[in-house]
Amino acid sequence: MNLLSVVRAGIRSGLIVGVIAIFIVLIGMVQTFAKRYLTGEITLGMVILLAFGLVAGVLAARQVAKSSPRLGHKVLAAAISGLITGVMLAALLLVVSQVSLRDVLVNATPEMVAALSFGLPLSGAAVMLMGMSVATAVIAVLYGLVPPRLRRALLEGIMAVILIGLFWEAIIGLDVSRLVMNFLGVKAGKVLPLPGGIGLLGVVSLVTYLLRMRPRPETAVVRQRHRTAWRYVSLVLIAGAMAALPFAVGLFWSQTLTTIGLFTLMGLGLNIVVGMAGLLDLGYVAFYAIGAYAMALFSSPASSLGLGLPFWVALPIALVFAAISGILLGIPVLRLRGDYLAIVTLGFGEIIRVLALSDVLKPYIGGPQGIMETPPPYFFGTQLSDPRYLYYLILAACLVVVFISLRLNDSRIGRAWIAVREDEDVAQAMGINLVAAKLMAFAIGASFAGVGGAIFAARQGAIFPMDFTLFVSINVLCLIIIGGMGSIPGVITGAFFLIGLPEVLREVDEYRILAYGAGLVIMMLVRPEGLIPSARRRLELREEEAEEGVADVAR
Amino acid sequence: MAVVSREARVSRAPAVKLSLNRIMLWVVGLGVTALVVWRIAGTAALGLYGPDVWLMQTLNGLVQGSMYALVALGYTMVYGILLMINFAHGEIFMIGAMSGYFVLNGFHQSGFLASNPVPALLITFIVGMGVPPIVGVLLERIAYRPLRRAPRLVPLICAIGASFFLQQAVRLLFGIRTKVYPTVAVLSGSWTITVGEREMRIQHMSVLIIVITIVLMVALYLLVRKTKIGKAMRAVAEDKEAAALMGIDVDQVIMVTFAIGAILAGAAGVMWGLWYKQVIHTVGFIPGIKAFTAAVLGGIGNIPGAMLGGLFLGFVEAIAPTALDISTQLKDVISFGLLVIVLIFRPSGILGEVLTGKKA
Repeated sequence: MNLLSVVRAGIRSGLIVGVIAIFIVLIGMVQTFAKRYLTGEITLGMVILLAFGLVAGVLAARQVAKSSPRLGHKVLAAAISGLITGVMLAALLLVVSQVSLRDVLVNATPEMVAALSFGLPLSGAAVMLMGMSVATAVIAVLYGLVPPRLRRALLEGIMAVILIGLFWEAIIGLDVSRLVMNFLGVKAGKVLPLPGGIGLLGVVSLVTYLLRMRPRPETAVVRQRHRTAWRYVSLVLIAGAMAALPFAVGLFWSQTLTTIGLFTLMGLGLNIVVGMAGLLDLGYVAFYAIGAYAMALFSSPASSLGLGLPFWVALPIALVFAAISGILLGIPVLRLRGDYLAIVTLGFGEIIRVLALSDVLKPYIGGPQGIMETPPPYFFGTQLSDPRYLYYLILAACLVVVFISLRLNDSRIGRAWIAVREDEDVAQAMGINLVAAKLMAFAIGASFAGVGGAIFAARQGAIFPMDFTLFVSINVLCLIIIGGMGSIPGVITGAFFLIGLPEVLREVDEYRILAYGAGLVIMMLVRPEGLIPSARRRLELREEEAEEGVADVAR
Repeated sequence: MAVVSREARVSRAPAVKLSLNRIMLWVVGLGVTALVVWRIAGTAALGLYGPDVWLMQTLNGLVQGSMYALVALGYTMVYGILLMINFAHGEIFMIGAMSGYFVLNGFHQSGFLASNPVPALLITFIVGMGVPPIVGVLLERIAYRPLRRAPRLVPLICAIGASFFLQQAVRLLFGIRTKVYPTVAVLSGSWTITVGEREMRIQHMSVLIIVITIVLMVALYLLVRKTKIGKAMRAVAEDKEAAALMGIDVDQVIMVTFAIGAILAGAAGVMWGLWYKQVIHTVGFIPGIKAFTAAVLGGIGNIPGAMLGGLFLGFVEAIAPTALDISTQLKDVISFGLLVIVLIFRPSGILGEVLTGKKA
């Protein structure tokens, strides 16, 4: 490989990363996150700026590594790439500080200039941006020389510092951390102090380093036994943690947990429709809305029905309503596949929202004013309005739904769904009743969402059409896709990340949908089976790794 | 000139065993038809509206339909070639509207619009039609091309993600504020004609929109029928492998298809801005779905079908609330309802050929 192509690779990756970097700066991420301290004076904004150089270096080195193993080449390409990214950022800084672009680009403000220049004078800041970018790019390449085990340990240490620094305020705000701190007699500031951060880095790196030294058990049998034992231990631990969670984390986080739980419910329902039966439903929020409206109509004394039924009576009614609407939607779309189905269901979701908002149904369901005074559920005389109690109700609902999903997964109908997903014609030839299988998927998926909606209505006390936008459907779709379609642990993990994270990091909320969109695209391009894929799914989408997958299924 | 792949033209697979279901559907269909006829008869009997109202609504419907048709063409061409719904096409339309806004607003503030309205509008259209294809081609290159052989849900989900990404990127870059197109003095006038006993005004703008749409459609027709690249497009739609064997650069043809679709959507975006005045980052969503509906109405993959479907949908949307005497709030419900009905009873659309289950 000659020098020219090395330079070209460097320029290419530098330009790509530079454009991405400029985009990220212009959407205001750096200045927003410049207010989020990680440890000491280090902010998330700085980390993002440093990351540009790192990515530029890694990308260039990867491109060169394909054809040339020489370190010199990699370093050269990385340096060029970093330089170009740095130059582009510096140019952006100079342009934004000299020309007023605010009329068009809303984030091109003095704040952005400040976030990019760290308070240095402009020329100094520009040089620093370039230098920093080159340095980080080269460091990124040289980091590859570190022995792999140490490399991974250090990386995990850095990740731990970033995560704990990011969530520091949330962590010290938990009830349990308050208890511990009172017990120890220490007070925590709002930011993880720098010595603490460095200490954390050291400890986590050391621990993960040492953990990797443990020799692996030799035979497959032993490994299998360990795995089974580990599974039970972790199950017990998780169960204990789940039970104690609301009282450990306090009121606010319990509320967040209930939201996560509701989305898990919906995710598991959509998982049946999309993940198992392969019917892409973009109007899933409709069933959530129907469940919520049914609950409010039947249980609120202020609704047009004015029945004021108790929660436990209204819940099955809501479930039945949602299931029936699932079937009603299912019948006309039975013959459609894939793409058409997505659009029709999207339209259906919008129709439900428009109808809920419209004047036509206003006398019955309140139009934009919604339905008020939905009472909270009672459990043997205890009112479950406190989110900490409500949490248990939702947890119970989730467990029931997880149980049903697990049983369905390996049942006759579950396998029928998977067959339908793979090839309808073949499935039918194998004697599967397509109509029954599809309607069943719609009905079960819808009823899960209906239960979620019903609990949501009881939690909120009042519901409005605005609670049921398309965004809810997209949220649910994202969490099952990012978690792993068809995979139950994937759905739960997805719910924790996608719903929990924006609650903790309020600034992220601004970028939430953008990140979802990017997440969907990247997942589809890089890892279509999701973060925690089901064994079967992985097998389908990764044929080259099929052998491993077969072994997994065989277990 | 149908851009429909050949395999898709095989006659319908033996009817799926859905007989009871079928009967139910027909009952529902007849019920809907009866209801519609009854409402129209009721409105007609009341005689509330004179011919001027109907003519006005028809004209509005044509204007709206022109925009739907232009966007629908992009859906239908991409579908014809790749058999995928380019979910982000509505966002491409929005980007056209946004780019047009920034240019026109710039001209407005500098006074160029007032002094030279015609060149200003021309440049607005050029930019509004020039930016979307860049985004469209990039989108195809980055998000769709690597997934061409993936299972069908994968590119669709990717497109949904891309749609949200583009929408939010525009929001974060250019702000959440609604952008108001400046008034163009030459276009804000109207002609007055007399219909029956009443006067009715025809806005210059509506005529301009319809004329531009016709010009673009004719241009597209000539491009697809008469040029080399049009021939290549038809060949690729017919059979990708065979086209590649004939020396056609399939990737390039697909890229051109995306670009043309985006140009048309961009033109529709600028028209939308000029007609409705307000644009915002979410402006592409509903028109996107409507245009898709229009493409399905006309028969997806079929270019004249998309033109016809768009005009038809615009017409129905403008006329139906008045004719059926229901609230215009329910306009969207009508078009989605129409989509569902068409998909159930004639999934191949008005001009579409009968597709096998695999394609439909």
